[in-house]
Amino acid sequence: MSKSRLFTNARIVDPSQNMDEVGSLLVEKGRIAACGADFSKIKFRKKVETIDCEGKCIFPGLIDGRVFIGEPGAEHRETIASASRAAAAGGVTSMVMMPDTDPVIDDVALVEFVRRTAIETAKVNVYPTAALTRGLAGREMTEIGLMKQAGAVAFTDGRETIEDSLLMRRALTYASDFDSLIVHYTQDKSLAYGGVMNEGLNATRLGLPGIPKEAEIIPLERDLRLVALTGGRYHAASISTGESARIIAAAKTNGLAVTAGVSVNHLALNENDIGRYRTFFRLSPPLRDEDDRMAMVEALRDGTIDVIVSNHDPQDVDTKRHPFSEAADGAVGLETLLAAALRLYHSGDVELSTLIRALTIAPARLYGLPGGSLEPGKPADLIIVDVDQPWILQEGDLQSRSKNSPFESARFQGRVLQTLVAGRTIYTHHG
Amino acid sequence: MDKLQNKQAVYPHRHLLGIESLSPSDIETLLDLADSSVAVSRQVEKKKVTLRGRTQINLFFESSTRTQSSFELAGKRLGADVMNMSVGVSSVKKGETLIDTAMTLNAMKPDILVVRHQAAGAAELLAQKVDCSVINAGDGAHEHPTQALLDALTIRRAKGRLAGLVVAICGDVMHSRVARSNILLLNAMGARVRVIAPKTLLPPGIEELGVEVFTRMETGLKDADIVMMLRLQRERMSGSLVPSVREYFRFFGLDRTRLDIAKPDAMVMHPGPMNRGVEIASEIADGPSSLIQAQVEMGVAVRMAVIEAIIDNSTGAK
Repeated sequence: MSKSRLFTNARIVDPSQNMDEVGSLLVEKGRIAACGADFSKIKFRKKVETIDCEGKCIFPGLIDGRVFIGEPGAEHRETIASASRAAAAGGVTSMVMMPDTDPVIDDVALVEFVRRTAIETAKVNVYPTAALTRGLAGREMTEIGLMKQAGAVAFTDGRETIEDSLLMRRALTYASDFDSLIVHYTQDKSLAYGGVMNEGLNATRLGLPGIPKEAEIIPLERDLRLVALTGGRYHAASISTGESARIIAAAKTNGLAVTAGVSVNHLALNENDIGRYRTFFRLSPPLRDEDDRMAMVEALRDGTIDVIVSNHDPQDVDTKRHPFSEAADGAVGLETLLAAALRLYHSGDVELSTLIRALTIAPARLYGLPGGSLEPGKPADLIIVDVDQPWILQEGDLQSRSKNSPFESARFQGRVLQTLVAGRTIYTHHG
Repeated sequence: MDKLQNKQAVYPHRHLLGIESLSPSDIETLLDLADSSVAVSRQVEKKKVTLRGRTQINLFFESSTRTQSSFELAGKRLGADVMNMSVGVSSVKKGETLIDTAMTLNAMKPDILVVRHQAAGAAELLAQKVDCSVINAGDGAHEHPTQALLDALTIRRAKGRLAGLVVAICGDVMHSRVARSNILLLNAMGARVRVIAPKTLLPPGIEELGVEVFTRMETGLKDADIVMMLRLQRERMSGSLVPSVREYFRFFGLDRTRLDIAKPDAMVMHPGPMNRGVEIASEIADGPSSLIQAQVEMGVAVRMAVIEAIIDNSTGAK
């Protein structure tokens, strides 16, 4: 049993309570006992360790809704344990894990394997999603009901897009009986055929085949119509174009149970960052142009985009040290999720509470998770952050087993100093 | 050689990775040097000793008899030891071969690595990993700088200049590294560049590269000084980019009637290998307006010039 701890003089930002004030936070028995500026009525136990957080912020621990992990099947890239160390260093106290493993998480036994491995080896909470179709092949629906009972928090084909509209309709209909969330990444395979970056002048200059924005928009638009038809709960996993945001906003206006996520990469970077064929910037969806990046920022501000994810996708030299068109997609991101998001706060583009909402309570509600809030009674998953501290990301600092960060050598402002899960400190920044 | 001795560091780069990184004066320098190299190939004794003791490796991941033999001859005429490595894409796991093979070759201490690869950016990637100079002999749909240089030399010798000429590049611009390098070079040297192709074979944003875009030969060829045809790969037919060979030739092939739209003294070029009857009629390819054979000759001269300039610069000797 961890002892009681009182964090004082902190700027506490907790969008779940619309709180942004300087105050104290009391942790007892692994849970939040009290939180806020008004501590006059709170009874303390005598033996309490007091930590002065003058000049620091306390946020709920971050919830990352889209994390790819190599276990089982590609442990040389990332294990659940190594991902959890990366998460802890980045202030992520809950990870929602994608089913793109080998074997695919498409069976009750694999959902249980992930949960068990997480309990045994991970410092942070790990919540598995399960495949929506067997083997992510896009043909047969998985056992949604059984896997939900086993602990799958949502159903998704991960990096894959379901082409078959009838299957999508049935999956949305069937999943709604279990009130299960369907998370879908949309990229029309034939339209994106051969493409490795955003279509346009940059791709033309580099001699690389492009992926048009319509490859994302067309299947997304289909999905939204199927949601209207079936009444299912649908989350667009990772959008990248302004037009995607526009049609999601329209769907929300029409009262559909639709939400959207964006990767922090698509808020902080654009296709120009690819420079001369830098494969760490080869992502899925591809980095778009600056107009789209600004549209993503605007959609986050106006609430069209609900959650920010890292799209953490560890890739090793065996998949990244290639010519651009032959390299794999993906970037690690757990450790830079908050720091990269804070760029938008420091630039004055997005309010701090909006960013923290999209990283905490919004994903908690979306996936039905216990964290993401500092309300009394909630698990004491929280982070202490110096939002102003400048730092530079060095490859050697990364806890992740893979080092494919697009932010290598990037300058950041804002650093996680301490990460607590259930009241226990699992990470402390030294230096 | 005299030119090299007179001017220090005439070509201020260690590699030749693309036209994009060259200044107009770099291009001018290479073309002048190539001009003087033409004479060497026309002598009975076609040999210099500039590169005696130097090793040149031709690393070709895509087969290309034409370019590879041109580089081989260029190296040999300069006195270098030339080794050809053809690496089949299918034989080894894709991609793994590139850096691994390059590192292996690097350990053998070559002076120049000539590389052809199916992926854009491959030559640049290699240049970051090896200690020797790298010459890009074609990387995906990105660049083919020696082709653009040899085309420019051919034009300059035929027309006496590059600036102000109207050059129409016709055909599969989308998949063509030759087109990209030529657009960059000709623009840098003050020519007026047009591209003529069906829209399915034009890459997005092409007009922002400083070219005039035409989708009909009838309008695009008007007043052209140079008509540069590109090769149409057969697989474009199956990819729904163009429906058939006969339709393509009917609308985009170069025949007598079409060539008559261009200036009376217009010259015709093709980087080879040609598809006769697909993009070009035989009577044009073999006719008096054709510079196609001259291009092949200039190819050797340009490659000699590039190799010589790079070696001269990278050592600082001679």
